[in-house]
Amino acid sequence: MTNYREIAWQGLWKNNPGLVQLLGLCPLLAVTATVTNALGLGLATLIVLVGSNILVSLVKNYVPKEIRIPVFVMIIAALVTTVQLLINAYAYGLYLSLGIFLPLIVTNCVIIGRAEAFASRNNLASSAFDGLMMGVGFTLVLVALGASRELLGQGTLFDGADLLLGDWAKSLTIQVWHMDTQFLLAMLPPGAFIAMGFLIAAKNYIDHVIERRQPKTEVETTITRARITKVN
Amino acid sequence: MALKMASSPYLRDKLQTSSLMQRVMLCALPGLLVQSYFFGWGTLVQVLFAMATAALCEAAILAMRQRPIKATLQDNSALLTGFLLGLAVPAFAPWWITLLGVAFAIIVVKQLYGGLGNNIFNPAMAAYVMLLIAFPLQMTTWSAPVGFEHHAFGLLETSRIIFFGSTAADISLYQMGADGIAMATPLDSVKTAFSTGLTINEALQANSFSDGFGIGWLWINCAYLLGGLVMIKLKLIRWHISGAIIGSLFVCASIGYLLSPDTHLGPLLHLFSGATMLAAFFIATDPVSAATSNQGRLIFGALIGVLVYVIRTYGGYPDAFAFAVLLGNLCAPFIDHYVKPRTYGHRTSR
Repeated sequence: MTNYREIAWQGLWKNNPGLVQLLGLCPLLAVTATVTNALGLGLATLIVLVGSNILVSLVKNYVPKEIRIPVFVMIIAALVTTVQLLINAYAYGLYLSLGIFLPLIVTNCVIIGRAEAFASRNNLASSAFDGLMMGVGFTLVLVALGASRELLGQGTLFDGADLLLGDWAKSLTIQVWHMDTQFLLAMLPPGAFIAMGFLIAAKNYIDHVIERRQPKTEVETTITRARITKVN
Repeated sequence: MALKMASSPYLRDKLQTSSLMQRVMLCALPGLLVQSYFFGWGTLVQVLFAMATAALCEAAILAMRQRPIKATLQDNSALLTGFLLGLAVPAFAPWWITLLGVAFAIIVVKQLYGGLGNNIFNPAMAAYVMLLIAFPLQMTTWSAPVGFEHHAFGLLETSRIIFFGSTAADISLYQMGADGIAMATPLDSVKTAFSTGLTINEALQANSFSDGFGIGWLWINCAYLLGGLVMIKLKLIRWHISGAIIGSLFVCASIGYLLSPDTHLGPLLHLFSGATMLAAFFIATDPVSAATSNQGRLIFGALIGVLVYVIRTYGGYPDAFAFAVLLGNLCAPFIDHYVKPRTYGHRTSR
């Protein structure tokens, strides 16, 4: 069951934390006004997710079942604090523009969700890989949302990339088209909700098309819960 | 001879959705004409352009949804949405504002929720709020009413400004006052005056007023009032929503005016300014997104009236009907849940 292709497929598409599980909507909607912010928060979440999955998988046999959630939360909080301090030290501009949403990664349900649903039931390697794939899937959704909102809102891509990557990245900013007036709606929270709706609709449409193209195969006999790939 | 068995209802009105929408538009015509008289050809151009765009958008999205196109288009509801949005945008707004608004109204607010009868929000007003939030500059530059322009723009010139004059230079030339065609609406100028500490009487000395009413807006509101009364007479709408809006707005404004006449608009000024009559009769009465029982309609209308007064007086925007109608739409299912009409043969509804 825990083959890596399946894990990758689950994290990137089928069980994508942003599009399907709809977890972590608060940072997803709040910081995706530009690609840079989205990428920064996505990478931070990715690091925390991989780290927490590894640690939870390591300690899973030593943690009593009754207090596992507090233990997981403390592991996650320690990791988030580390990442926050690192970003504060090495990408201060990004630290300022992400603001409260960086420490709020602690409360991101993707992380505790994967720790509980996957890492506490699987071995180290597949847990780490699951964290990586879920994190990449989440980051991709963030970036897609950030790119569409930035493009619609101010007609640029990678505006402010120097906040994330250092001064050389200033040249990365692409002016895709020039706008006389900013499309404010795309930059504001309601635009994030609307764009998110369209993104989910597009994903469902692609699934629908794929399903229609496939020849009918026999009906699956086993029914597995969507969020748990393996039950011990 | 076999009698034909038919199920109820046995008495039917011949009024179809299509002719209902048509008649609503006809009733709004006097208002449109008066508005065009005061604000030039722009209003007319916007309405026609918005209606055409609405029909195109509806056809496109219906094709995507694989629904019958012709039959649905014939119900005229998309045209009415375009009509109302065309009335609501400023006369000299660039064409892409109207296009975006109409596309949003038809595609997102109406069809993505399932089409006519399933939309939670009033499409025209949701689109108006979207435009107001997204493009505050273009949406708040109203042209000056007739008599203030240095010269009146003809139909061709107006169309040129709307469809081709949307570059930054043209906007600053035409809208920021080089030709003097742009000016604040009366409600806007009163709001600015209050914020600078003037009293109502000083505010009414502003050049957008004459005899205590906004120039043009009094007659526009009268024309919509007339159209609305005709609609009630023809039983296209019921009086409850419009009556409750006007009543509650009047009561709220009277209380404010009695308490502190210097810093509040009078009740009549509230009723005959901005979008009051248009919204009370033509927009809030949208049967899909409003409450459905008579008692519910009264509550719905009163809620909108109070909201309009609160937002106009304390809010950041000069006029408030779009926001108030949307908030009312949100409450409509809730109102309907608690206000159920008594069914025949039962004492109470619950």
